Amino acid sequence: MTDSKPAFSLKTLTGETVSLPGPGPALVVFVKEDCETCNTAAPVVQAFHRAYGAAMPVVMPAQSGEGNHVLRDRHGLTLPILDDSACRTSFDWDIEIVPSVFWIDGNGGVLSHFEGFVREEWQGLNGQIAASLGLPAAQIDWDSLPPWRPGCGSQHLYPEYFDKLTAERDGGQLKARRIEIAVADDVSEFMFDQGFSDGLPLVPPTPERVLRMMQGTRRAPQDLVAIVPPNMGEATVEKVAINAVMAGCKPEYMPVIIAALEAVCTDAFNVHGVTATTMGAAPVIVVNGPIRERIGMNKGLAALGSGNRANATIGRAIRLIVGNVGGGKPGGVERSTLGNPMKYTMCFAENEERSPWPPLHVERGFRKEDSVVTVFAMTGGPVHIVDQESRAPDQVAGSIGLGLEGVFLPKLHNLPVDTLLVVCPEHIDTLMSDGPYSKERLRARIQAVTQRPLREMVADPVSGAGIPAAIAEKMGAERLAALAPKFAGEQYIHIVVAGSDAGKFSSAFHGWATGEIGSQSVSRRVDSD
Amino acid sequence: MTIILDPTDERKPVARQVSPRKAAISGTVGLMDIRKPRGNVLLDELERQLMATVPGIKVQRFAKPTFTKPCPDDLRREIAGKVDYLIEALAD
Repeated sequence: MTDSKPAFSLKTLTGETVSLPGPGPALVVFVKEDCETCNTAAPVVQAFHRAYGAAMPVVMPAQSGEGNHVLRDRHGLTLPILDDSACRTSFDWDIEIVPSVFWIDGNGGVLSHFEGFVREEWQGLNGQIAASLGLPAAQIDWDSLPPWRPGCGSQHLYPEYFDKLTAERDGGQLKARRIEIAVADDVSEFMFDQGFSDGLPLVPPTPERVLRMMQGTRRAPQDLVAIVPPNMGEATVEKVAINAVMAGCKPEYMPVIIAALEAVCTDAFNVHGVTATTMGAAPVIVVNGPIRERIGMNKGLAALGSGNRANATIGRAIRLIVGNVGGGKPGGVERSTLGNPMKYTMCFAENEERSPWPPLHVERGFRKEDSVVTVFAMTGGPVHIVDQESRAPDQVAGSIGLGLEGVFLPKLHNLPVDTLLVVCPEHIDTLMSDGPYSKERLRARIQAVTQRPLREMVADPVSGAGIPAAIAEKMGAERLAALAPKFAGEQYIHIVVAGSDAGKFSSAFHGWATGEIGSQSVSRRVDSD
Repeated sequence: MTIILDPTDERKPVARQVSPRKAAISGTVGLMDIRKPRGNVLLDELERQLMATVPGIKVQRFAKPTFTKPCPDDLRREIAGKVDYLIEALAD
């Protein structure tokens, strides 16, 4: 064998330090007290110690804290029992099972290794050691011992040990400031006090959890994902992971979070403006492609909330990153008059399987098999569009159009403002009842049914919004008779499908200032291969 | 002790922030005796000097039940409602 084991120094139960390997060979047997097979092996190891202990250390790293004493007393052990309660040596030696037996040379090279209790293996080892040391073999009543017993899992593999030990080993990857929270402090309250929260409790981002979260991406911990406005903070993979932990994400969500963060931090999306506007905009995140299924996103019943971890926490992670890394906090750069609940989270998957149309990401130039995140800056919604009566395609399309009149204000038309329309499956069925009904036709229908003469948009005693009276007067009756649809162009109407099969309720998100003046929707491919 | 990693861009120190300091003392100053021996001596002198140097302020005295335990929540709330400043005296 060429395998070589790392050096360790452990204390015996009486406080002496034992350091191995070296100088000569040694027998090292890892055990834990509550493992029945370890209790079978312990007297055998003691016999080895009696026979060879003068010529070669025979030691027993034990994982059980106080149980180590119990083990000693139960079997009257006099061999050095080494306290590996922290399981660091078990972890470093990468064992899986206890008892785990290593006969090593002076350099830690493994001469022989086996696990559990296979009587023949122990007998063979007895003969090998006796021969190598030129000593009589240990006297053991082999017939009184079972021929075979499986071992138990090593204690260091329990998550509460393994994650900590991994964090210690890999901690060098972590560069974020470590915050020590005193025992007397409540971790949850501390995080509220520090302003890390969006108002809801957070999962504490311990190094163990952050390291586990970073396993969700192949990107290196210090890779820069995005510069996050308004403070232009640097969101490394590590910072993204910290906030993802706090949001309650699973590691497999990381690629989606990274793509969504890249999207919101583009100049086109302008998350500074989205955060700062008094109108109260928030990113709405739509996920397309195979990753939806892989990470268990909801595209069906209650897709827009609540109850699904991926939908809920991916959106929340983005918001926390903008707040914590970007510094966009309410009362600071975040100046929303009323705020809105989408500022906690708004993320869902498109129900591509229930859609007769090319999915959103394909419409935007990606391949169907790509996983893609698209972000929209929205100020309101989801606002329901209720039509349970229409049975003709143009009727339900008409209702959808009328349902969008509320964007900004029903009176206002020709708006250069995005809407994200979420059509429910039952409305899809009605739309398709006479054959294909394209997205283009739906957009055209929305524009057609919302056409109103400009004169209806003139400021009047009912509402001062719209065309100022003085300008209307100059325009004259003929120009004021011209028809204006709700949106300044069909390109402002974005359409996806989501929801369950029961219920004739589509919904719409209402946009913010669309275009270079405000925000443009952005799509990013998810790097999840 | 729990260790967490800083989720922010780390431009601000993490330690609990000290409340903003006003330029001048006015209103009511609370003096709290944590109940260590001779804490009252220190606070008496402090009160005398405060009244002499900052005319017009009021001083109100408080005491924890015992120095060995944190200030009870009720007392904390009472103090927060009654004073503009609080000086907590150590002793020994």
